[in-house]
Amino acid sequence: MEMTSLYPVASEIFLACAGMLLLLWGATAGEKSTGAITVATGIAFIIAIFMAGHYETAKAVVMGGHVGSNAYVLFIKVLLLLSALASLVLSQHFLKSSKLSRPEYPVLVLFATLGMMLMVSAESLLGLYMGLELQSLTLYVLAAFRRDNAKSSESGLKYFVLGALASGLLLYGISLIYGGSGTILFGMLHEVVTADKPPVELVLGFVFILAAMAFKISAVPFHMWTPDVYEGAPTPVTAFFAAAPKLAGIALLIKLLYGPFHGLLAQSTPIILVLSVASMTLGAFAAIAQSNIKRMMAYSSIGHVGFALVGLVAGGQEGVQATLLYLLIYLPMTLGAFGIILSLRRDGVYLEQISDLAGLSKTRPALAAIMTVFMFSMMGIPPLAGFFSKFYVFLAVVEARYVWLAVLGVCLSVVGAYYYLRIIKIMYFDKQMEGFQRVPGWGVASLLGVTVLFILTLAVKPDWALSITHDAAKALIG
Amino acid sequence: MSSELIQTYFPVFVFLLLAIGMSGVMIGLSFLLAKQKPDAEKLSPYECGFDPFSDARHKFDVRFYLVSILFIIFDLEIAFLFPWAVSLGAIGMFGFWSMMVFLGVLTIGFIYEWRKGALEWE
Amino acid sequence: MNAELIPAVLFYLFAGVLVLSAMMVVASRNPVHSVLFLILAFFNAAGLFLLLGAEFAAFILVIVYVGAVAVLFLFVVMMLDIDFEQLRKGAWKSLPVGILVGLVLVSQMVMTAVNWQSLPTAGSSILSPAARHAAATNTQAVGAILYTDYVYPFQIAGLILLVAMIGAIVLTLRDRGGVLRQNINSQITRKASDVVEVRKVQKGAGIS
Repeated sequence: MEMTSLYPVASEIFLACAGMLLLLWGATAGEKSTGAITVATGIAFIIAIFMAGHYETAKAVVMGGHVGSNAYVLFIKVLLLLSALASLVLSQHFLKSSKLSRPEYPVLVLFATLGMMLMVSAESLLGLYMGLELQSLTLYVLAAFRRDNAKSSESGLKYFVLGALASGLLLYGISLIYGGSGTILFGMLHEVVTADKPPVELVLGFVFILAAMAFKISAVPFHMWTPDVYEGAPTPVTAFFAAAPKLAGIALLIKLLYGPFHGLLAQSTPIILVLSVASMTLGAFAAIAQSNIKRMMAYSSIGHVGFALVGLVAGGQEGVQATLLYLLIYLPMTLGAFGIILSLRRDGVYLEQISDLAGLSKTRPALAAIMTVFMFSMMGIPPLAGFFSKFYVFLAVVEARYVWLAVLGVCLSVVGAYYYLRIIKIMYFDKQMEGFQRVPGWGVASLLGVTVLFILTLAVKPDWALSITHDAAKALIG
Repeated sequence: MSSELIQTYFPVFVFLLLAIGMSGVMIGLSFLLAKQKPDAEKLSPYECGFDPFSDARHKFDVRFYLVSILFIIFDLEIAFLFPWAVSLGAIGMFGFWSMMVFLGVLTIGFIYEWRKGALEWE
Repeated sequence: MNAELIPAVLFYLFAGVLVLSAMMVVASRNPVHSVLFLILAFFNAAGLFLLLGAEFAAFILVIVYVGAVAVLFLFVVMMLDIDFEQLRKGAWKSLPVGILVGLVLVSQMVMTAVNWQSLPTAGSSILSPAARHAAATNTQAVGAILYTDYVYPFQIAGLILLVAMIGAIVLTLRDRGGVLRQNINSQITRKASDVVEVRKVQKGAGIS
């Protein structure tokens, strides 16, 4: 085997080796080394981004056809690594002050990210399953990381039991597809699965796979685990859940829809449509009743998944581009909002209840202003980035002649605006509560700066975002 | 399913029959030959002359489970070694080194366990 | 007896016992009995694998599932102080939903089985190791491709096992304070000159 055949997975091999070395370092040096290991993990993520950018640009399928690289996968991988880096920055002070500062945390985040990268670069159903399992197993452990807390353990267990069920569905679907077509390689499936009278077992198998993917991205009606897990998991883990696995799941879904199962688009689009409408609706209405901010963010993320799927209902290169743009803008928005949550601490406890935000504009005006930007952006108020992302998915769906879906989406955005506005109202107009302690460190502050800058300036200069999403979508479909 | 395969497993089948027969005979004979005087007291739980204080099920130290989970992980690793050992002649150096990398990854896990003290009892 | 008949008889024997013991896993009142029936079910599934000529899968099922997983199940069920009667209480309420979901799944399976038509390319593109290495035993056929053609999933399996180890330790291992440990290194490197001191003792003065 030549070395060049390892190029498409260069960054993954590097991350796996780095993860194992950091694990040994952590086991040898003990808990006091956590800070250094977190920094080292962050550096490893940055090196991996550069390695991916250098080695993984070409379109290639290697390792017996199980894994490959192309511009689309590269785009997703870089976004995944950046959001993993951001979630590490977010975790820095939280872990120390919650006595969770253990060297395994950054290592587990690294392995979860590795699993997601393998998942999106998979070129066979087996490679897909292995990557998915690596990320899921790691995420179960991360959800239960605060093991002395009953809620955290419960969220880990709940996520594990339901996640195992989803993995079972996925495997059942894969076995049906292998039975009917005799292959698990994406390339061969792309050729043999044709739109002209596909056999029933292939369609059913793909439906099972779609159900499992819908579970992983928490689209309604496979979302039941999301609020409980988001609430119970430690807050930086929740931020990680809301960003990276969602991106990886939707990216993989797009790859499946337009790669191996391209011939089944006529059967899968109605399913995506139902998932999308149900997720938007539930996300808009269920978040209204929440008093815990992490639960609210969970329902908000369900709603955002619904909006992102609208682009896939439209389909084609424009639709996929709109979905990718939506995800590109969703990530800094949600990570930034969690950055605010993780900057607010009172008596050693981080912000949990929405009502605790009361009067934030008096005590911490800068944070209140930044939160307002994020909330307006999530609502989709122009000229912020969130407007831009919603505008593009609705534009794509109108061009695909689903005008009613665009109208419904806009209506549900208006419903959803209620709970984002409520947060702003509580921050600015409610009676002031006792102030928050200052959370030390430059990490969260700089993350907030970067994300706010991104959201404010994207509308002014959107060309680069449009061009990279265009290239990524073209690499997949064109 | 060839009849050849069945012939290969015929001895296993004979052993299975023998095992079922032996255990059946042992239970059956003791049932037939022993004295049977059922009494409710014989079935009641008994603890040093008192009625039992509590249920036999207790919360056990989680360390017991840790040991068994680690055992399962290494058991799975062994499962990968069987076909490797059988086919090592056919798969060449690549097959050899691919197993060495796999074992290397798990050795790192083993060193981690050791350093953490997960293999020590007290 | 007809040679054709033996596999059929064995199949119905294994499959029948498998279905019955699987039902008993759910139905038996004592959870320990459930696990024992689960072990019986595993054995019969292994028998079915054998009939298919998949010896390797059959033995792995016995070694890993019966030998390790089921024993761990038994361990957990016997040791945990869970009131299983209490757990069972709500089960009847969710029965209708369960039956509905089961019916949907069964009808889908029947529909698929009736309308099953493999793609014409399926036979030639099949990846099954047994098909490619017809002469070899099952275990050899798996070994011939698992470490070479399938090296990628194989190595990721190693990583998954590593993460499982980390997870088990992160979630369960606790440091106990005040535990005395034997440190062999410090025992061996200890020298008499470091710890034993010879002093002259004055008569009647003692040692301070």
